Amino acid sequence: MAYEKVNELNLKDTELRLGLPGTEQEVKQEKEVSCVRSNKRQFDEETLNEEESMPPTKTQIVGWPPVRSYRKNNNNNSVSYVKVSMDGAPYLRKIDLKTYKNYQELLKALENMFKFTIGEYNEREGYKRGSGFVPTYEDKDGDWMLVGDVPWDMFSSSCKRLRIMKGSDAPALDSSL
Amino acid sequence: MPQDRPQMSEDDDGQSPPLDLRSAAIADPCSSSPNKSRNCIPSGAMTSQAFPDHVLENVLENVLQFLDSRSDRNAASLVCKSWWRVESLTRSEVFIGNCYALSPARLTQRFKRIRSLLLKGKPRFADFNLMPPDWGANFAPWVSTMAKAYPWLEKVDLKRMFVTDDDLALLADSFPGFKELILVCCEGFGTSGIAIVANKCRKLKVLDLIESEVSDDEVDWISCFPEDVTNLESLAFDCVEAPINFKALESLVGRSPFLKKLRLNRFVSLEELHRLLLGAPQLTSLGTGSFSHDNAPQSEQEPDYAAAFRACKSVVCLSGFRELMPEYLPAIFPVCANLTSLNFSYANVSPDMFKPIIHNCHKLQVFWALDSICDEGLLAVAATCKELRELRIFPFDPREDSEGPVSEVGLLAISEGCRNLESILYFCQRMTNAAVITMSENCPELTVFRLCIMGRHRPDHVTGKPMDEGFGAIVKNCKKLTRLAVSGLLTDQAFRYMGEYGKLIRTLSVAFAGDSDMALRHVLEGCPRLQKLEIRDSPFGDVALRSGMHRYYNMRFVWMSACRLSKGCCRDIARAMPNLVVEVIGSDDDEDNRDYVETLYMYRSLDGPRKDAPKFVTIL
Repeated sequence: MAYEKVNELNLKDTELRLGLPGTEQEVKQEKEVSCVRSNKRQFDEETLNEEESMPPTKTQIVGWPPVRSYRKNNNNNSVSYVKVSMDGAPYLRKIDLKTYKNYQELLKALENMFKFTIGEYNEREGYKRGSGFVPTYEDKDGDWMLVGDVPWDMFSSSCKRLRIMKGSDAPALDSSL
Repeated sequence: MPQDRPQMSEDDDGQSPPLDLRSAAIADPCSSSPNKSRNCIPSGAMTSQAFPDHVLENVLENVLQFLDSRSDRNAASLVCKSWWRVESLTRSEVFIGNCYALSPARLTQRFKRIRSLLLKGKPRFADFNLMPPDWGANFAPWVSTMAKAYPWLEKVDLKRMFVTDDDLALLADSFPGFKELILVCCEGFGTSGIAIVANKCRKLKVLDLIESEVSDDEVDWISCFPEDVTNLESLAFDCVEAPINFKALESLVGRSPFLKKLRLNRFVSLEELHRLLLGAPQLTSLGTGSFSHDNAPQSEQEPDYAAAFRACKSVVCLSGFRELMPEYLPAIFPVCANLTSLNFSYANVSPDMFKPIIHNCHKLQVFWALDSICDEGLLAVAATCKELRELRIFPFDPREDSEGPVSEVGLLAISEGCRNLESILYFCQRMTNAAVITMSENCPELTVFRLCIMGRHRPDHVTGKPMDEGFGAIVKNCKKLTRLAVSGLLTDQAFRYMGEYGKLIRTLSVAFAGDSDMALRHVLEGCPRLQKLEIRDSPFGDVALRSGMHRYYNMRFVWMSACRLSKGCCRDIARAMPNLVVEVIGSDDDEDNRDYVETLYMYRSLDGPRKDAPKFVTIL
């Protein structure tokens, strides 16, 4: 059972998930499914029958793994902030890289934030300079790279800050490097 | 972080409980017999027995007041009635591991000169939503009783207690010399209560709010501290989820010359941190707040954060990084070489960001982090932190089927590099017996071993075997082990090992483990020092529970949820052991015929069942 405070609804605990088949050894242990209970206890379907076999769907078990909700909430809020500057714009912004899943989403967000358009990306030539702005980033080694050159995951874990350069200023950022 | 608060360490408990049942017998005035020679002077030697007693007690008082250790005091109090009386008069700090083990009245009747109270409430599994809210552990009866009995009270240290703003107001009003308030994993109060304490406790040295839930009453509590120079030595509010008045904070820090520990919440930005550091270079312990910028003008010259850290030559303990902007992490380089404690457990740092930092931390003894540093990061820790005593690795994604960036590889590396390791908490998705066995051999100083393999019933991922041998090796080889938490696929064999070798174990946490009652029996019959037993979702039933009856009076508590206990058996035990409070939580009262016990929480008590139990608790 889960006892959630009314103002702290963690719906994840009721989420049914499909686990990968065969990932866990379903040994003699019966699986007692702990289900969510509100503290008003309007709850009917508690399965306590020990012989009941577990269906392949994996129910999120309450309170497991044993991480305090204080910490869980912090992790949910956990961010990966990087500064974004744009040539000519008076203010720096910061964005949370964790909120984006891929380059498309990130670039779209940048376009919206600074009200401009990024040129088309081309693996050989980088961004079409003609359309104006070129997004670049500083990686963990201090090198300035073109956004989009490396796989997204590699980018998001090594990006320290972003700079949107004016197309004409963008030096020889060779995408083949 | 634990090293700042040694008194609350689970493993600091005295050998015998502070207010055990034997003392209760002595406490009862009817139990003393004037003819029995309990004094140290042979009876009949003096015409007036009162006089030498009096002298003796004075001498004793002068001697006993130097006794600090809880266990020493408990032992002294059992020597004879005279010693018991004097010890009661000279004890200034009292530790109560379970607030329901005795009533506040009993405390104030026995001890007359208490200046410091350490009190623990809810059982630990309540942290994981296994207990409904409003279960109890209210601070109110304690503060109201002590308000009358101990007007000179200086320190209150609470863990997992329910504390209201009214309680804090009463505290602030009742104790003019009050110096230290420490609230760990507490709830029920808000910034308005804190404001009252800040305002009225003029001698306040320590205000530590640690992992507590503090409601945002939109009160500017920082401004409530008195205007003049304060006595503050420690101010920790990193868990307060409410914006603060930075100007007031800066002023407060400026007029607190004794301030050594400062833990900021995430509403303090990097620029603000910079200003504080420049004004408080004497800090030894720092919680850095968000470690992130607000939106800032492009042209502004960036402050030299590294210089601010460079100026803090005394910082040895660093935490915070609540909204870390990784590019600023190098600012802490200047303090790394001095750090003995580093807490990155709120920062999602990648190995690449992490390695340059840890490379400088040669003196590190305590390290907490998220598993986002990966096995790679742990290898770096093992390579550099040869003095490491305590390691805690928390999961960034705490779900059973998440990725799991740390594994036996990291554990092995740590065991090889950090031979002085004493305490480990390790969340992972994959583990092997071999790695655990190696750790047991490499780290003989281990007193705390808590391994959480997040997938339930998960075996050794290389051999497919249960994790019995790994945990077996831990209990066998780590001769100083006092705390153990097990996980993964475990058969009764693992528990057989625990019973055979775990002679010093005081705290045991079990989840989704074991095959039969025998497992629990091994532990109850084999672990004589067991104090705290918490079990969930394991197939242990009435036979096992009954097998421990000879132990329960010597334990602080037993928690068993989603096991195989019947109400009938629990009732039998409650009847057989009148000083044991047997709480059954969460069973449907409407279905009285249901004999199944969802959650059992039982503990010894000198004052019988509590009067404040909510409806969903049945005390048998």
